[in-house]
Amino acid sequence: MPSLLILIPLFGVIILNLAFAGSRKAKRWAFVFAFALFALQIAVAIFHHPALSGNALERIDAFFKISFLVDHLSFLMFLCIGIVSLASLVVAKYTMADENDSFKFINLLILASLGMSAIVMVKDIFSLYVFMEVTAISSFLLIAFPRSLESLEGSFKYLILSAVATVLMLTSIGLMLMVAGTTSFSGLSIALEASRSSELVALGVGLFICGLFIKGGLVPFHGWLPDAYMAAPAPASVLLAGVVTKAAGIYTMIRIVTSVLGSYRSLNSVLLLIGTISIFVGAIVAIDQKNFKRMLAYSSISQMGYIIVGLGAGNALGLIGAAFHLFNHAIFKSLLFVNSAAVEKETGTCDMTKMGGISQKMPVTGTTSVIALLSTCGIPPLAGFWSKLMIVMALWQADYYAYATLAILGSIITLTYFLSMQRRVFFGKLASGMENLREAGGGMVTVSIILAAITVGAGIFFPFVFTNIISPIKELLVR
Amino acid sequence: MADNSWGLFTTFGFFIVMLFICGAYCLIVTRNMMRALIGIELLIKAVTLLIILAGYVTGRTALAQALVITIIVIEVVVAATAASIIVWVFRHTNTLDVKSLRNLKG
Amino acid sequence: MNIDIALLIFTTVAALWSVLARSLLKATMSLAVTSALISVLIFRLSSPLAAVIELSVCAGLITAVFVSAISLSKPLTHKEVLEISKHRHKRYWYLPFILALAAAALMFLKIKKDFIFALPPASQEEVKTVLWNMRQFDMLGQVVVLLAGALGVVILFSGEKRDGR
Repeated sequence: MPSLLILIPLFGVIILNLAFAGSRKAKRWAFVFAFALFALQIAVAIFHHPALSGNALERIDAFFKISFLVDHLSFLMFLCIGIVSLASLVVAKYTMADENDSFKFINLLILASLGMSAIVMVKDIFSLYVFMEVTAISSFLLIAFPRSLESLEGSFKYLILSAVATVLMLTSIGLMLMVAGTTSFSGLSIALEASRSSELVALGVGLFICGLFIKGGLVPFHGWLPDAYMAAPAPASVLLAGVVTKAAGIYTMIRIVTSVLGSYRSLNSVLLLIGTISIFVGAIVAIDQKNFKRMLAYSSISQMGYIIVGLGAGNALGLIGAAFHLFNHAIFKSLLFVNSAAVEKETGTCDMTKMGGISQKMPVTGTTSVIALLSTCGIPPLAGFWSKLMIVMALWQADYYAYATLAILGSIITLTYFLSMQRRVFFGKLASGMENLREAGGGMVTVSIILAAITVGAGIFFPFVFTNIISPIKELLVR
Repeated sequence: MADNSWGLFTTFGFFIVMLFICGAYCLIVTRNMMRALIGIELLIKAVTLLIILAGYVTGRTALAQALVITIIVIEVVVAATAASIIVWVFRHTNTLDVKSLRNLKG
Repeated sequence: MNIDIALLIFTTVAALWSVLARSLLKATMSLAVTSALISVLIFRLSSPLAAVIELSVCAGLITAVFVSAISLSKPLTHKEVLEISKHRHKRYWYLPFILALAAAALMFLKIKKDFIFALPPASQEEVKTVLWNMRQFDMLGQVVVLLAGALGVVILFSGEKRDGR
């Protein structure tokens, strides 16, 4: 059944491009098809009823002769991918006036989301690489879409660093192939267990983790991230910040660490160290930024650091906290980027020094942005508070008292900066030149409200969310 | 794994590391975007040789060849995309110097 | 074994030349020569199908792509090229020294064969069996990559240039 999530978009893109070539009908159908596709993905993720794995659907999977990995973490990622792709689709419709442009963009968007859905359901390290490349190529094209010098620059930097990450991962696959003779997760984990103290194997593992750090945008391999997020067109920024970095980098790290690597003690300390450095570098450099999107990019680096620190804690609570923070970050960061797209469309600028008192003219945008920023800082009862609390508690339980204090400190730095920033940008005096602002179009406002409602709802109904959605993830750690 | 396989592995591995160093040096030191792409191509060739070597040493040549064929297909698409981005940057700035890509500051 | 070592030395020399070459076209040509030598090495390691594809695709198609990209972006006059290439050698002459140093370091490094090698004996299959019967999901991935590449070419090379955001 999961392979349908790959086959349907693929055939859809082929049919859209071949059958309807150039006609006006194709352009309208593209939007409807993509919308239905992402809505279907969200529905599958929420209601994964056993009846869906009927016999006919199983036969389609059997064609591929490999089993797919659909456990609770995969369904959580399906949900993230579906929601953020839908948000990006709506933003694309509203910011791209030309129908030809939006048609090509929607095709690339469907391919990118296809790549990410495939990443979260494979059980083989080489298939993981193939679909990471699919996602990466779609992202390069999405970033370079407007063909302006800035967007080409961001896309080129991302391309070079992504190619370096590819080389590191392939080297590691080559070394592990020599030890294991196969590329599936189960075979690799058995072989790595057996050769635990080998230097060559440790080199292979280290190279792979470095490649994932580059893809996930963690310090000190984050050079491409601010430029790419800032220079990309608005819907591409929503997709990049919301899911691409997460699915390609962070989810892969969680999956590899739990399924393949077991518990290398030294790996945990590397994760904790890099995570903590990312938290602080992201939070501190964000203070200095004048461009709204660039500041959001550095704040993303900081939040990725929290997820890695949660993973590095090594116990079940850390894993659950990391997965929940991954979901929360997808929701509130894409909400912030959707709002920045609305502000950019209405005011024509992303410069924070020129903005002030936006809430008076754009009330919905202002309120939802404030909700998202508060969730980033970890204010109760929003969802961000619960995930950060779980991560800090997991660190405390695992006796990493220093790291727990540092995590709380990073959160306080983010909190002070965001409170002062949002008071100036959204609530202060109305800046000059902003008198003619209108609220953004209906679609974007609806998306903002829905995303904000998810953040608030996940926070208020946390006990329900915890027992049904998040807690089953700790089965991953039972090996 | 017989003994001469290990000798073969160390010989080939030595030269693969040499290729890696050439490619990495080219990528780091260059100021020209096309040369950065050439550096990446050298790195990917070194990795291709490593995977085939691993397949030969373990006896699984069929699997290694399948992996390498997939890698080559993907690498072509990435190289073509990179080359077209470079051509577009040239159309904007009339130079291939990496220093022209310093507009995004902060 | 001696043929292998000779081929490996030639490959390293060709790679070195493609890094140090002055003009981009010469660098691309020596990259093609490197690809050809590597494909011979792959053939010597009993992987004929991969060798053929490496030769035709990397030494052929990618070289064609690079040469057309270089010809579409001929920036400088001959005098300016000579000017720049005078300075670049100051930075690039370090490479042969670094290679010599690394070679010396690696000679003294004793890599222990310390991993347990308990694999089940490999079944003798052909490449096409592996590709089409066992790794079908990767083939699907290749189809998607090619589709994305085709879309990318259409996007990047149609329509006019746009400035600003």
